[in-house]
Amino acid sequence: MTRKILIGNSVIGISAMSALIIVLAVLIIMVDIVVGGWSTLSWEFLIGEPKEGMTEGGIFPAIFGTFLLVIIMSIAGLPVGTITAIYLSEYASQQSILPRIIRFAVNTLAGVPAIVFGLFGLGFFIQFVGNGLDKLFTGGIELKWGQPNILWASMTMALLTLPVVIVSVEEAIRAIPREQREASLALGATKWQTIWKVVLPHSFTGILTGGILAVSRGAGEVAPILFTGAAYFLPKLPNSLSDQFMELGYHIYIMSTQSPDVEATRGIQYATTLVLLLLTFTLNFSAIFLRYKIRKTSTL
Amino acid sequence: MEKDYPKIQTVGLSLFYGTKQALHNVSIKIPSHHVTALIGPSGCGKSTFLRSLNRMNDLIEDVRIEGKVEIDQIDIYNGSIDVVELRKKVGMIFQKSNPFPKSIYDNVAYGPRINGIKDKRILDDIVERSLRRAALWDEVKDDLKKSGLALSGGQQQRLCIARALAVDPEILLMDEPASALDPIATSKIEELIYELKENYTIVIVTHNMQQAARVSDFTAFFYLGELIEFDETKRLFTSPAKKQTEDYITGRFG
Amino acid sequence: MNALGSVETSENRQTEINSHNIGEKKYGGNTRSLLRKRFRIGEFLVEKFITVVALISFVMIILIFVFVFREASPIFLSKEQDASMVIEEEQETYGEIDGTLRVTTSGKSSLETSGGEGKGTLKNLIGTTWQPISEQPKYGLLPLIVGSFKVTIVAVLFATPIALLAALFTAMFAPKWAKEVLKPSIEILAGFPSVVIGFFALIVMATVFQNFFGFEYRLNAFLGGIALSLAVIPIIFTVTEDSLSRVPKVLTEASFALGATKWQTAIFVVFPAATPGIFAAILLGIGRAFGETMIVMMATGNAAIFSVNFFEPVRTMSATIGAEMAEVIFGDTHYNILFLIGSILFIFTFTLNAIAEVFIRQRLMKRFQGL
Repeated sequence: MTRKILIGNSVIGISAMSALIIVLAVLIIMVDIVVGGWSTLSWEFLIGEPKEGMTEGGIFPAIFGTFLLVIIMSIAGLPVGTITAIYLSEYASQQSILPRIIRFAVNTLAGVPAIVFGLFGLGFFIQFVGNGLDKLFTGGIELKWGQPNILWASMTMALLTLPVVIVSVEEAIRAIPREQREASLALGATKWQTIWKVVLPHSFTGILTGGILAVSRGAGEVAPILFTGAAYFLPKLPNSLSDQFMELGYHIYIMSTQSPDVEATRGIQYATTLVLLLLTFTLNFSAIFLRYKIRKTSTL
Repeated sequence: MEKDYPKIQTVGLSLFYGTKQALHNVSIKIPSHHVTALIGPSGCGKSTFLRSLNRMNDLIEDVRIEGKVEIDQIDIYNGSIDVVELRKKVGMIFQKSNPFPKSIYDNVAYGPRINGIKDKRILDDIVERSLRRAALWDEVKDDLKKSGLALSGGQQQRLCIARALAVDPEILLMDEPASALDPIATSKIEELIYELKENYTIVIVTHNMQQAARVSDFTAFFYLGELIEFDETKRLFTSPAKKQTEDYITGRFG
Repeated sequence: MNALGSVETSENRQTEINSHNIGEKKYGGNTRSLLRKRFRIGEFLVEKFITVVALISFVMIILIFVFVFREASPIFLSKEQDASMVIEEEQETYGEIDGTLRVTTSGKSSLETSGGEGKGTLKNLIGTTWQPISEQPKYGLLPLIVGSFKVTIVAVLFATPIALLAALFTAMFAPKWAKEVLKPSIEILAGFPSVVIGFFALIVMATVFQNFFGFEYRLNAFLGGIALSLAVIPIIFTVTEDSLSRVPKVLTEASFALGATKWQTAIFVVFPAATPGIFAAILLGIGRAFGETMIVMMATGNAAIFSVNFFEPVRTMSATIGAEMAEVIFGDTHYNILFLIGSILFIFTFTLNAIAEVFIRQRLMKRFQGL
């Protein structure tokens, strides 16, 4: 009997230990980055430009580029994701083949490695679409769209974050009580009127959540933009869609691996990481909060 | 206003959910401008039957229908029938009151608005008239901007009735409209039903036999998806023709 | 448009079934015209539009297939390779854009020397040397494949037990407060951008590990794998916890009723019942580890060494693409081979995900059948 208790206790003990390891890992990483970056983080750091070959100064261009990236990405991805979610939850009949194909595609899209999205952005957006546009407009003499820029990087990122939007919006739409739809339809509303006047206003929080989660994901991914538009250093901010841009995550990568004097810029590296972390945290927590609100109202 | 043909008539109506048959060969003639109650133990098909009268069952996948449902002698499952127009003509009140999370005004104006009415004065007029008919106007006229969800359960249900009346239907289908309400709210709804039958043809599903006896002119008794008996309410409750009906109304089962 | 045509709403189907009723009606005049079927052009267009937009996901998957493989294909079609070389040579080289800022000077020399030699023959591809930038480029993929597997194995071997046990703890034993600490922790971990994990591994873990284990190389496969496990743990945890919590109550209650303790129920009833889900979780974890780029790029040392030693630097397939793609010439053999590596990554993760989905669905099927 005591042996049984011993095994039982060790099963519970080991599993609790595993949980503890995870919590500790998260804590250690957060503490290390906060401690490492806190002293360098300042207002000047946030709004300043890199100086002295990026060994001093701030990271404003990278912050600006990141924001631009996620905004263009959202403009492209959010409508497509929302409409796909509407299709899957409202229009698709369970038996037919098309929604199953689309669902499979969404799942597949969610599993494609980020770097492959980068390859696709290069092969499709830059080489195929971009070059195509250049040939169309300038006969291929001038290279404007057929090279890495913020538009193609954002489109690549929109594709990567599409499943995030779809899943989140669909969850919100499915949380709407059936009675609400029935009430509308029983009043002689058409399907689209019901979606537009009842379903969409209800799922606004869900769309917002999806957008925030996508932005958080997009702000944190670096692999897809490595060769679709991110730049090592730019003297000016991008002012056109065909410009390259600096980005927070890419900046961290460059500064910590490619910079001539890695040790000297340790403070900048840490502070940049802290900024990125704070950004994704804020976004994730607001998404979690909104999702919690949706789940609460849906049980009413 | 009595017409020479039934407002609603079903002929050999059978309904299947996939392979499961929920209605068996139901034939009934529901008269105009009366209240017809559908009673029977739960799962007997009375709600399914009600929902087939405005084709709400269409929303469920795998539903198959045989036979005919005629409203004003038109087969509503005919391919040339517009379901959206049908549902404007046949309003529905649900078991659980389901106002939209909008203001009282917007709830009632929802139907007219989707029909393209934008004129504020006309809308105001419709809202007031519908709320009056639903006996709710006096209670809410001062705060039409308040959310429909802020009302009490009974008021919510009357708001749903007002919302249905605003699209000017001819028929009102009620699916146990008072089942979630307290006795006072219930009696208000029943009073309302009594008044409404002057202008509308009402079909009401109820699990409460006293309610059926109080509000209806005709009663149909369903059992296991079949229409067992259909008669004037008085006669059905005092001298039922079928043994099963008698067993049910005397409380021997269900 | 054929595909679109096959979509029908249940309403449409309903009317078809009943259309045999047409013709035997005596219509009441007024109502008849009121109820006549209307063609709502707006409604029709909206539905078609939504369907077309929903197809974008599918079209994009096809396009990813097509374009990633297209850029890889010249390796197998050497004739077309020459043809494409001519076209592509007109284009500006992308490496020059920031080439001057690159630390790797070898990148620039490749721009000058490359131009068709060093064919990506099959013999070359299965070689053990990856030297794309040299007089005689060698495109042996084996060190990269082995590198990817080494890192993935470490990551999954480390992440799986921790994630599974932590999920078991959450689902079966944890008191409420512990759940309220653990679940947000997992969400936070999942929310860490991979570049942040990579940075932490590069700066902190590398030094700690080297001091503790006395590694010869600061950055190596083992370190990369452990860092990668931080990205894999949330996936395995989440999917496992989900399938553990879906184990029917009947089973656990039956076990308790037979006098089994909580841990016995957990180990002998809940875990086996959730096996398909757990298996799927591990597969998804492997897929994630195999495809992850930033963490391995920063923490593995990136040397294409062909060995079985886990404590030497490695260069994975994903890191190779990430590090070299910005410096190659469009249309060059090296460029094509990087796309080939991408295709392999894609196929591998695609297959894993597809298998995982089958497992998850099977579990759902069982649930629907009442178990």
